[in-house]
Amino acid sequence: MQESQGQHMQPLQMQAQAQSPDQQISSSATGAATYPSAPGTGTDKMSTAASQQDAAGSSGPGPVPIPAPDVAESYEQQHVHSVYESIAPHFSATRHKPWPVVASFLSSLAPGSVGLDVGCGNGKYLAVNPAIHILGSDRSAQLVRIARDHGGERRADVAVADGLALPFRNGRADFAVCIAVLHHLSTKERRVGGVRALLDAVRDDGGKILVFVWALEQRSSRRGWDEGSDQDQLVPWVMKTNKTKPKPKSEVEGQGEGDGDGDTTYQRYYHLYKKGELEEDVVAAGGRVLDSGYDRDNWWVVGSRGEQASITS
Amino acid sequence: MKILSLNFLTCAVKACKSSSDSYPLHPKDAELVQDEIEVNAQLLVNLLPRLDWTALSTTATELGFPALPPQPPSAEDLQADDKTLRDLHNLLMETQIMEGKLVCGNCGHEYAVREGIANFLLPSHLV
Ligand SMILES: [Zn+2]
Repeated sequence: MQESQGQHMQPLQMQAQAQSPDQQISSSATGAATYPSAPGTGTDKMSTAASQQDAAGSSGPGPVPIPAPDVAESYEQQHVHSVYESIAPHFSATRHKPWPVVASFLSSLAPGSVGLDVGCGNGKYLAVNPAIHILGSDRSAQLVRIARDHGGERRADVAVADGLALPFRNGRADFAVCIAVLHHLSTKERRVGGVRALLDAVRDDGGKILVFVWALEQRSSRRGWDEGSDQDQLVPWVMKTNKTKPKPKSEVEGQGEGDGDGDTTYQRYYHLYKKGELEEDVVAAGGRVLDSGYDRDNWWVVGSRGEQASITS
Repeated sequence: MKILSLNFLTCAVKACKSSSDSYPLHPKDAELVQDEIEVNAQLLVNLLPRLDWTALSTTATELGFPALPPQPPSAEDLQADDKTLRDLHNLLMETQIMEGKLVCGNCGHEYAVREGIANFLLPSHLV
C-alpha cells in the first residue's frame, strides 16, 4: 500500500481506455516496467462537495474520530484494505517512479543484502538494486500480483501478509523498508506495533529500517493541511471511469460509491504525522533513530534496533 | 517464491515465532518451476553468511534435491568449484515454488502458495 505522493507522482495523462488489470503493467526484457494508460483519471483530492453533503458522516472525506482499539482492524479493512483491492491497477499506474531517498537507501546496501519491503504496493522498489534480494509483502493480493511482475528477469519475490503479523524470521534481514504504509494504521498502538515488527525483522548488528509516512505539515500541497489540522482523515480516491465501456468488476466492488457521473470515490483512512512523531514512534517501539528528514510532504526515518550490538569480537 | 526467500520466512502466528518447530516452513504438494537466471557468483558469495544452512538443508531435502553438505561451502569453495556454485544458484535463485502449501511445524497452519505467491494472512482465530 503505497500512497501519499499523489500530487507529485501523477504525471501520467491517463485517458480513459479500458484494459484488463493484468495488462496494465508489463515488464520489458531489461526489467524496466512500462506503463500503458490506465482506465481512468484518478486523483486523490479533497472533494468539497462531498464534504458538504456528508459533513456529519464518518464515511465522507475529512477529519474522522480515531476508532476504538477493538474495531481498529475492521475499520482499516473497510477504509484501507478493501479500497486498495478495488483501486489496485489504477493506483499502480500512478505510482511508478521510485522516491530518491528510498532509491538511494536501497542502492547504498551491501551487495548480497537480503531484506524486506513491507507494504510493497506495486513493487516499484523491488528491482531498484539488482545486487540485493528483497522480499516484498502487502495486504493487497491485487497489488502483490502486480508487484510480482515488477522484478524483470528475476521475477520479484512477494507474499500477501499483514504488517502487524509478518511471516519473517526475527533478526535475519539486513534491512526493511516500509514506504507510505504506517499512516494507514488507525491507532497509535498499531502504528508503534508496525515499527516494532520492522525492527524485529532486522539484524541487531547493523540491520536498518527506512520508514516513510505522510506529513501533516504540507501547506504547499493542494490539500493544504498544516500544523493544527486534524491528523486523522479520510482522503478520497476518485476513479473516473470510461462511460463508453463497461466498468471492470473490480471498480464497482468494495466501498466505492458511484456519483452518477461514471466516477467512483473511495475513502482511504490516513493518520497524518506531526513533525517528530515518527521519531517518537520508532523510539517507543524500542528503536534508535539514525537519520530522519522531510521529503515531498512526507516524514522519513532511518532507524535500527535500540540495543547496541556488543562491541566484543 | 524462491527457496532463498523461504530461508527467511516463518509462521506469521506470534506464538510460533519463539518455537524452533515453526522454522523452516515445510513445503507440501509443492509444484516447482526452474527459471533460468544468469549466475552471479559475487551475489552468492555475499549471500552465504546470511543463510541458515541447517534450514536450507531441510528445505532442499524436503523438495527432493540431493542432500546438501553438512557445512556450508566457504567463499573460496564457491569460487573454485563451479559445480557447487551452480547447484547453489539453482537451488536458491532459480527454483520457485509456484503452487502448494507451506506448513508450520508448530501450529500446523498451512499457508497456500498460488501462482508463486504465498498468502500469510491469518484466519481470525490465529491472530
Ligand atoms: Zn505456526
